[in-house]
Amino acid sequence: MAFSIFGKRNTPETPEPAEQPEQPRGLFDRMKQAVTRTRESLSNSISSVVALTREVDDASLDDLELALLASDIGSATTQQIITSLRDRALRQGISDGAELKSLLKAELLRILNSVEMPIKHPSAPPEVIMMVGVNGAGKTTTSGKLAAQYRREGHTVLLCAADTFRAAAIEQLQVWADRSGVDLIKTKQGGDPSAALYDALAAAKARSTGILLVDTAGRLHTKSDLMKELDKMRRTAEKLIPGAPHQTLLVIDATTGQNGLQQARIFTEAAHVTGIVLTKLDGSAKGGIVVAIAHELGLPVRYAGVGEKLEDIIPFDPASFVDSLID
Amino acid sequence: MFETLSEKLQRSFKTLRGQGTLTDENINDALREIRVALIESDVNLDVAKDIIDKIRDKALGSQVATALSPAEQIVKIVRDELIATLGTDTAKFKFASQPPTIILMAGLQGSGKTTTSGKLAQWLKKGGHRPMLVSVDVYRPAAREQLRVVAQSIGAKIYEGELTTENGQLGTPDVLRLAKEARREATNSACNILIVDTAGRLGIDEALMAEMAELKKLLNPSEILFVADAMTGQDAVNSAKAFNDRLAITGSVLTKMDGDARGGAALSIRQITGQPVKFLGTGEKPDAFEPFHPDRIVSRILGMGDIATLLERAEEKLDKSKAHAFATKALSGDGFSLEDFREQLRQIKKLGSMQSIMKMLPSVGPFAGMQQAANSVDEKQLGRTEAIINSMTMKERLNSAIINGSRRKRIALGAGVQVSEVNNLLKQHAQMSKMFKTMGAGGGKMQQRLMSQLGGMQKFGR
Ligand SMILES: Nc1nc2c(ncn2[C@@H]2O[C@H](COP(=O)(O)OP(=O)(O)OP(=O)(O)O)[C@@H](O)[C@H]2O)c(=O)[nH]1
Ligand SMILES: [Mg+2]
Repeated sequence: MAFSIFGKRNTPETPEPAEQPEQPRGLFDRMKQAVTRTRESLSNSISSVVALTREVDDASLDDLELALLASDIGSATTQQIITSLRDRALRQGISDGAELKSLLKAELLRILNSVEMPIKHPSAPPEVIMMVGVNGAGKTTTSGKLAAQYRREGHTVLLCAADTFRAAAIEQLQVWADRSGVDLIKTKQGGDPSAALYDALAAAKARSTGILLVDTAGRLHTKSDLMKELDKMRRTAEKLIPGAPHQTLLVIDATTGQNGLQQARIFTEAAHVTGIVLTKLDGSAKGGIVVAIAHELGLPVRYAGVGEKLEDIIPFDPASFVDSLID
Repeated sequence: MFETLSEKLQRSFKTLRGQGTLTDENINDALREIRVALIESDVNLDVAKDIIDKIRDKALGSQVATALSPAEQIVKIVRDELIATLGTDTAKFKFASQPPTIILMAGLQGSGKTTTSGKLAQWLKKGGHRPMLVSVDVYRPAAREQLRVVAQSIGAKIYEGELTTENGQLGTPDVLRLAKEARREATNSACNILIVDTAGRLGIDEALMAEMAELKKLLNPSEILFVADAMTGQDAVNSAKAFNDRLAITGSVLTKMDGDARGGAALSIRQITGQPVKFLGTGEKPDAFEPFHPDRIVSRILGMGDIATLLERAEEKLDKSKAHAFATKALSGDGFSLEDFREQLRQIKKLGSMQSIMKMLPSVGPFAGMQQAANSVDEKQLGRTEAIINSMTMKERLNSAIINGSRRKRIALGAGVQVSEVNNLLKQHAQMSKMFKTMGAGGGKMQQRLMSQLGGMQKFGR
């Protein structure tokens, strides 16, 4: 990620460097390792369906269809993929399982790559990044990890505790702020999140901090009053810093099923989501729902969360992700 | 949103009416539709296959009852089978012969264990018990602080204990020590139940799963509840299996059911663990918690809507006397005024967005198509309508006949809308008023029918 435009601008305060975690392996290796860890190969996994396919016919495509559905990638996306494979089989034939597999991979990769788009960074600091999502998705943890990561990259960072609702949410973020050596702007529990945000925006502006990360309270997308609250926060940000929030990241848990699509749809309507963070990829879930989100809503995945430690966040790599989904 | 299962079946059975029995051939399409619908509801693929096999056995050769169309009959078989899979054994609690009864909470990160621990304590307190809470999550930042705040808010006892980080990282020894101390404290302070909130962990995390097993050995809990998020997809079986293999859970709790997830994970978890879902979490407040009822999830999967939830919300939020006064007035010869109408709009808004209301309606019967229409609803419309009425004088609201051209212009200007929108509203009001009057004049017959229809809806409830 390049924030070079305003990346290393001198700032009033020079914070202590963040903890330096060991960075032994390449990021793509980590991504791959994270997503391929101890995975039960179910009898219905895509890989076994493909492996058992000698002739590509209607029956094998039917099996593949179910296997795709069982990867949480959703019915519309599955239908589209199967239709295009069926067309191809009719027109020029698909010789065997191996070819089917590489066609499938290409198709999934095409979907994920087609939504890749460069991030529009503001011409002057601060860049405001807001984390949103349903309860327990990993917003606070991701805010903490990103704070550390941006600091390692040499940016100045400020955290804002805009979850004033959940018990001990502020204390939780405070721990992450301490771990990453970043200042936290907060109010008391039960306060107005927009007020906390306002203070943080003002502070970030005054200190010309590079990046302001805003952790918000978890909310289900079906609660219209809470979605309005997000809208109010957006407007607060925009008023103080034109163009803010510059990024709104929807945090989605890799175990999420079909409901993830609805989450992405409604959060995007209410909060103008610009990208996804897919968390808990270190578990047994593969996070297939992001394919459906890319296909139906055009949202790219920016980061993957792969653990509970400070350094457990990596840029999302579509190729290793697709490999893990299929192999 | 996808077509609901009931609609799909209606469609695939259109040709079937008149054929007497469900046969191998005519049922295959339907079974495939059911399987896809189950997977789209997040039921695990293997679990769905099992359920389908059972449905096939039951459906084959069964005589098509004359009263039911084949589609309706299949829906009934599916419904019965899903309910059977989920089981009707609800929140029966095992109590220890020697207090304190210990309840161990287990689950993945972010599934809702801490919130659920608090809700459970509150629920038990209401039932006359004396629960004590303890958090042995020494890993997540501020996790123990979170439970402390929760306990305080419901006035439940909590054992806090002390942690020292002197000898480096906190770990399993600290977890076990806290648990032991809490049990002693519960006994000493005559608390008959101890709820142990644990750190979230992945089923594949060997070290932390071993810790869980040690906790179980130490505490010998009467209940081990697996807490799972209702939005979980296909992975639900993997984690449920990992926790059950290691701990032999006694039941599960499905959280975040106040969202719009179909909750198919409940079927997966039930099937894979063989243990009942005992409770549902339905909100962030301590009392948003209820014993499990299979109907709720089965209706969501079948697309029968969530009338239960809708009625509950109506019960909670609506002012019944106002609704009743409106109905009586509208059905009487007088019709209803725009002022009455405005009051109704306000009541409807209390139930949530139009979209969310429409999505809870059953997709078959009188409300067919509403769930689909929900996505194209203009939420702002209600607000605009209210703004138009707000911009009228009270005299105009009570007697819309006096609203002439120049008044219309003024009203439109005040509400920030086109005059045509004011015209539309007035036209609609006149039509509705007339419709209600005729219904009222129908000698009560129409009224009775309306009432009995409402009664029928109630049946979906509990
Ligand atoms: N294994 C794993 N756990 C994670 C990851 N990200 C977050 N978690 C854990 O998931 C749980 C919930 O994370 P939070 O960051 O508190 O989630 P949140 O979205 O802020 O939650 P609310 O504010 O309560 O809505 C915590 O136990 C985290 O440690 C991840 O990538 N991998
Ligand atoms: Mg949080």
